[in-house]
Amino acid sequence: MSTPGETLATADADPKSSLLQRLTRLAQDHWRTLVLFVPFAWLLIFFLAPFFIVLKISMAETTVASPPFTPMIQWVDEGIMHIRVVVDNFAYLWEDDLYVDTYLNSLKISVTSTILCLLLGYPIAYAIARSSHTTKHILLMLIILPFWTSFLLRVYAWMGLLADQGTINDLLIALGLIDEPIRMLYNTFAVYVGIVYTYVPFMILPLYANMEKLDWELLEAAADLGAKPTTTFFTVTLPMTVPGIVAGSLLVFIPATGEYVIPDLLGGGNVLMIGRVLYNEFNANVDWPVASAVAIALLLLLVLPMMLYQHIQAKEAQGS
Amino acid sequence: MVNAAEYEDRPWLDPEAEPFIKVQSVSKQFGDFTAVDSVDLEIYKGELFCLLGGSGCGKSTLLRMLAGFETPSSGSILIDGVNMNDVPPYERPVNMMFQSYALFPHMSVEKNVGYGLRRDGVAVSEIEQRVQEMLAMVELSQFAKRKPHQLSGGQKQRVALARALVKQPKVLLLDEPLGALDKRLREQTQYELMNIQEQLGVTFVVVTHDQEEAMTLSTRIAVMDTGRFQQIGTPTEIYEFPNSRLVANFIGNANMFEGRVVENGQDHVIVESRHPECNFYVDHGMSIAEGSKVWVALRPEKVMISKQQTADGNTNTVKGMVHDIGYLGGTSTYRVKVGDEHLVEITSPNQLRPKDGNPPIDWDEEVYLSWEPSSSVVLVK
Repeated sequence: MSTPGETLATADADPKSSLLQRLTRLAQDHWRTLVLFVPFAWLLIFFLAPFFIVLKISMAETTVASPPFTPMIQWVDEGIMHIRVVVDNFAYLWEDDLYVDTYLNSLKISVTSTILCLLLGYPIAYAIARSSHTTKHILLMLIILPFWTSFLLRVYAWMGLLADQGTINDLLIALGLIDEPIRMLYNTFAVYVGIVYTYVPFMILPLYANMEKLDWELLEAAADLGAKPTTTFFTVTLPMTVPGIVAGSLLVFIPATGEYVIPDLLGGGNVLMIGRVLYNEFNANVDWPVASAVAIALLLLLVLPMMLYQHIQAKEAQGS
Repeated sequence: MVNAAEYEDRPWLDPEAEPFIKVQSVSKQFGDFTAVDSVDLEIYKGELFCLLGGSGCGKSTLLRMLAGFETPSSGSILIDGVNMNDVPPYERPVNMMFQSYALFPHMSVEKNVGYGLRRDGVAVSEIEQRVQEMLAMVELSQFAKRKPHQLSGGQKQRVALARALVKQPKVLLLDEPLGALDKRLREQTQYELMNIQEQLGVTFVVVTHDQEEAMTLSTRIAVMDTGRFQQIGTPTEIYEFPNSRLVANFIGNANMFEGRVVENGQDHVIVESRHPECNFYVDHGMSIAEGSKVWVALRPEKVMISKQQTADGNTNTVKGMVHDIGYLGGTSTYRVKVGDEHLVEITSPNQLRPKDGNPPIDWDEEVYLSWEPSSSVVLVK
C-alpha cells in the first residue's frame, strides 16, 4: 500500500514542513500585498499619524500646561467621557485679516517664484536636454552641485551678496555705476532671489527628465510641415512638456508657499509669509492650537488644487 | 511633342527635359567624417527615385539635406530651379515622411494631418475638407478622432503619408517608408504608395536599405556607398548590368568569378577563369583590353542546371556536384561545388512536379551548369 501518493501525504502531514510550505505559499500568493504594505506602513506612521495629531491639536484650546493645550478626550467621571472639539481656531484664522493677508501674500510670492523658476528653468533644462552626452552630465552635475552645501549656508551667502555693504553693492559702487548702495536685502526682492535660487533645480530636474524623453524628430516634422521655430515651440514642444512643467511647478510651489528660512533671513521682518506666522504662533506665542490650525489650513490650501488637478488628469486619461 | 510622349515614363532620357531636383557636387562633413562625398544627382518631375544603400552610406544625410535639416558643407541643391541652400525647412516646397512617422502624440489624427495646412493659414473649412479627402484616400476616415497611440503600425504609416501629402508638396521625401511594417503589410503598402504617387504625380525621393523595396517602387535607383553614388539607373539596368562587384552583390545575389580577358572581339569578350576552369563568352558590348583582370557576375536564376551534358567544351558551361539544396516551393536553390572550393548558387523554378520519369536533382549528384552568352556581366572593378 505504499504508493507514491501516500508518501506525499505523509510529508504533508509533517507539521514543520507544512508550516514552512504554507508560509511560502502565502507569500507567493500575496507578495503584491506584502510589497505594497511597506510603503503604506511608512506613510501611515510618518505622515498620516502626525497629520491627525496636528489636526487634533488644532481643535484644542491653549492652556498653561505641558503640552500647552487642552486634551480632546477627558474622563469626567466614572465611565463618562468628555470629548472637546473646538473650531474657534479656524474661525479665528478667517476673521483675523493678518492670517488671510499672510496666506494671500504667501501664495502671491510662491506663484510668482514658480513662474520665475519656470521662465529661468525651462531654457536651462532645454539646453541640457539638447546638449551632447558628455556636456549633459557636466551640466546636470552643476545643477545638483549646490545641494552639497548646506541650504542655510547658501541663504547666508546671499545675505552677504545683497547687503548694503555686500559684494554686489560694493562692486557697483567701485565701478561708479551707483553712488549709494541699492537696498536689496530685507525686502520682497531678496525673498524672490532666495526662493528662485533655491528652488530652480527642482524645476529644472523634472523638466529635464521630461525633455530627455522627447522625440526631437517631432520638431523636425513640425518644421517640415511649415512651422517656424516659435510656432513649433508653442504647438509641439510646450504641449509635450506639460507633464514636466506641472511636476516642476508643484515641486517649487508647494515648499515655496510654506517657506520659513528664506523670508526670515532675507526678508527680515518686512515680508509676511505663512511659515513665519506659524513659527511665531508656535514659539513666541506658545499657541499650539492656532499654530496647528495654520498648518492644517496651509495643507488644505496646497492639497486641494493638487487633488483637483489629478482628478482632471484622471478624467482626461479615461476619456482618450 | 513626339519627344514628350516618347520620354513620358523615362524623362531622364529626354535630352531636353529639365531636372526638377538638381544636386550639384554636394558634400556633407560631420567633423572628420564625410557622410556625403561630392555627389551629383538629377531627379525629374514625377519620378519615384530611390536612394539605396547600407547603413552609414550617406543616403539619409542626403535626404535630410533635401528636407533642409542639414546644410551641405559644399555644393548646392536646386528644387524647381530655386537654390535651397539658404531656405529653412519650413519654407521648402518639400514634405517628409519620417521613418519613425514622427506623429504628434498629443494631437488626433485629423489634427496631425491638418497641422501643415494650419501653418499655411488655410481657411478652417478648406482644411477640414482637404483633411477629410486625404484621410479618405488612405482609408482612415473613421479614425480621424483617434490619437496616434491608438493606431496600429500600418495606420500610423498612412497618417504620416497623409500628413506629408496634404500640403501638395512638389517633392515628397520618404525615409524608409516601409521599414517598420511587417512583411505582408509592406507588400500591400508598397503598391498603395505607387498608386498614390501615380495619382498625384508628386516627385518621390525614397531612402531605403531594402533592395527589394527599391526595385519594386522606383523608376530609378541610386546605389550609394561611403558617401558616393556607385550606380544610378532603372531597377532593370542596376540588376542586369551592375557596373561593379559592389552593386552586383548589393542588389540580389551574384556568383562572382575572377578571370582574365583572352579575347576582345567586336561583339563579344571571352574571359578565361581558373576557378572554376571554364571560359565565359559574353556577347554584350564591352571592350576590354586582352589580358586585363576582370570579374564575371552571374545571377543564380540565369544558370541552368541539368543532369545531362547540354553543351560541349568548357565555354559557358561547367560540371559540378550538388552540395546543398534549398527547396522553397516555387523555386529551389542549389549550391553546386565546382572545382575544389568554389560554390555556385543556382535558383531554378520547379516547373515540373517530380515523378518517376523526372527524378529530382539530389544531393551529391553530378550536374552540368550552363548559361547564355548574354547572361553574364563583365565587371572591371
